[in-house]
Amino acid sequence: MELTQLWFILVAFFFVGYFVLDGFDFGVGMALPLLSRDDTDRRVVINTIGPVWDLNETWVIVAGAVLFAAFPEWYASLFSGMYLPLLLILLALIARGVSFEFRHQRKHAGWKRAFDRMIIVGSLAPAFLWGLIFTGVVQGLPMTADHDVRAGFTDIVNPYTVLGGVTLTLLCLVHGAVFIALKTDGAIRTRARRLAAGVGAPAAAAAVGLLVWTLLEHRDAALAGPALVVGVLAALALVGGLAANLVGREGLAFTGLAVTTAAAISTLFLVLFPTVLPSTSGVGTLTIDNASSTDYTLGVMLWVAAFTTPLVIGYQIWTYWVFRRRLTREHIASAAH
Amino acid sequence: MEQIFDPLTMARWQFGLTTLYHFLFVPLTIGMALMAAIMQTAWVRTNKVTYLKLTRLFGKIFLINFAMGVVTGIVQEFQFGMNWSEYSRFVGDVFGAPLAIEGLAAFFFEATFIGLWIFGWGRIPRLAHLACIWVVFIASTLSAYFILAANAFMQNPVGYTMNAERGRAELTSLWEVLTNPVALAAFPHTIFAAIMFAAAVMVAVAAWHLRRRQHVETMRPALKTGLWANVAAFAGVGLSGDQLSLAMVDAQPMKMAAAEGLYETTKNASFSIFTLGTPDGASELFSIRIPHLLSLLSTHTLGGEVEGINDLQDQYVAQFGPGEYTPIIWITYWAFRWMIGLGACSALVSLIALWFTRKKARPLGARAEDLKWRALIWTAPLPLLASLVGWVFTEMGRQPWIVFGEMKTAAAVSPTVAGWQVAISLAAFTLIYGVLAVVEFRLILKAAQEGPPEIAEDDDGEGGSSADDADFAMVY
Repeated sequence: MELTQLWFILVAFFFVGYFVLDGFDFGVGMALPLLSRDDTDRRVVINTIGPVWDLNETWVIVAGAVLFAAFPEWYASLFSGMYLPLLLILLALIARGVSFEFRHQRKHAGWKRAFDRMIIVGSLAPAFLWGLIFTGVVQGLPMTADHDVRAGFTDIVNPYTVLGGVTLTLLCLVHGAVFIALKTDGAIRTRARRLAAGVGAPAAAAAVGLLVWTLLEHRDAALAGPALVVGVLAALALVGGLAANLVGREGLAFTGLAVTTAAAISTLFLVLFPTVLPSTSGVGTLTIDNASSTDYTLGVMLWVAAFTTPLVIGYQIWTYWVFRRRLTREHIASAAH
Repeated sequence: MEQIFDPLTMARWQFGLTTLYHFLFVPLTIGMALMAAIMQTAWVRTNKVTYLKLTRLFGKIFLINFAMGVVTGIVQEFQFGMNWSEYSRFVGDVFGAPLAIEGLAAFFFEATFIGLWIFGWGRIPRLAHLACIWVVFIASTLSAYFILAANAFMQNPVGYTMNAERGRAELTSLWEVLTNPVALAAFPHTIFAAIMFAAAVMVAVAAWHLRRRQHVETMRPALKTGLWANVAAFAGVGLSGDQLSLAMVDAQPMKMAAAEGLYETTKNASFSIFTLGTPDGASELFSIRIPHLLSLLSTHTLGGEVEGINDLQDQYVAQFGPGEYTPIIWITYWAFRWMIGLGACSALVSLIALWFTRKKARPLGARAEDLKWRALIWTAPLPLLASLVGWVFTEMGRQPWIVFGEMKTAAAVSPTVAGWQVAISLAAFTLIYGVLAVVEFRLILKAAQEGPPEIAEDDDGEGGSSADDADFAMVY
């Protein structure tokens, strides 16, 4: 296998990791107002991701840096071409991240409400916008011969990309709800399961719609076959995850939703390959060959990735293991502050 | 309109603003992690509850600060692609590598172990928990190293070759990029400066409480440790700064000339502490000078020759073609002086305070005592300001280049991003950053003034009185 192909897989891997991990904690942020009756409930919900939201978010930094190092042209064209959606994502992530730390610093109700809203919007907006951006890439963008993206409003916002945004948002919400059910007990757990079941149907409809639309549009893609298999896997995992949620198998439901997100994002990468940024204007299309770094860079970076990635995965799994216990309102009551 | 919303100007302002803003949090994150790690180590070794209290207090300040560092850091990475796509294309093959290594080998560690440390009180065995904060410190330090290596490539490009066909720089040796002499000197310079600032903050917190005669038993060791750390770190800043000067003269002689505003190539060059006159150097009204110092800084000899701006300008025109190769002199001149002056002031205040708190010192009068505490509180920001103007000097002194000798800043900006888009983003960042700065500052102040938590003498630090041993610290 060529280095460029390996790095395409690695870039996809880091983005998939990001959407699976930060995806469910976006969902937890969105579910905050839907599952909480009072401040104690809200604190339970927020604390479920307390120790891990930061490491989850780090995946996007690494995915971006890996993209920059391995495919500078892809990174440059994509990030400058999707300027305004990315700007909104940055602002949302800033608002959300600081809210986790700032919210509990004062007891004042108005203070907490303000940061709750920032958590909700800051979780909803990135999920939707990332969906918009990724499906926008799959759809293709008008480009110049120099690979510069010249996207107008409707190139980024149109029925297909909006469906992409809605799908990712709903998947994140279901995943977040399932995670809360897995991590809490009592009334919140029950409500979270009900929420996952309720949002599950529209999420499944949107996801299946998006996958069918995508696979039909890209019947001729180089990897249309594998894309179809992975797309079907995404749909099955979603159905399985939702069924597991209904019968109260929360760990299984969480795994099912994680596989759904991973497979859905992988499908988008698979229909793209070996293109990384398709042009709709006839010129400027970027592929893994004309967007990549040199073989030397890809080679040494592969060693770095080979050594660090297993370690990273190892200690992150350990972190989730350390914080595996369910949280309840009693924990909040006994916490001194 | 076009003039106001010039994309290049907007993008430069945005980079300057967001980078300096990000750097408000970096030194405290690195330095405070070290202070917290030292305090916790002292607690684990001695079992004195004082050290546990200090760990908790400075850990809290560290935490408030950390979130801001993380979220403003994402902006840093994204804006290379968003505002500077031509730059990203040009250097990606080289510059992307240290950034990716930073993420994989440093930032992941930092982000994961900070969560383990914060939420792990009482959940993880004592020594493993102590190890977590050390991992956070080491990882954040490594993080700084890779970022500085990336920056050093812009100051002093090494380990690459130009591919004329692709019009980009291509990596030939990652090792050379990571051992860039500029990076090797800038790294200790930055880390010691970070420690200076964290130490100054620790001193200020201690001074605030000691002035009110509260938490005296806890704050005494914090004061002492902080004062010593500040002075020792200043020595480190000075020594590494000297090395950095040499590397800079080697790679970017123009920057050193601009640091002094030295127009003519000179032997036995003196260093002016203060100059009154026009910034173009045409007329000097008054200056205070230290003989030989500039030669000493640049060449480590008293009589060494220091190249002047005019000669370098001519030399660069011959080498790179017609153009302006001189940075804005009044900025580099004053930034260089303020950097040194502010840092030295901070260390001087600490030294004086150490003199007055030594064991044999005669007790001060009430007013002098009060003055001492106030001085220690109000001089806390000096090392941070010194770091910020230091960055202004480094980055402005590189202009007009974005990668010295290879690419000009004007050619690096995204061609497709309109001025109004950058203007919107600049306005949005200014607004949200401004608001958050106020909130953050107040929260840190509040945490500092509340002081250390009440912890019983026999507390084992394992997370309060809860009977459930599996509880984890409820932070949020």
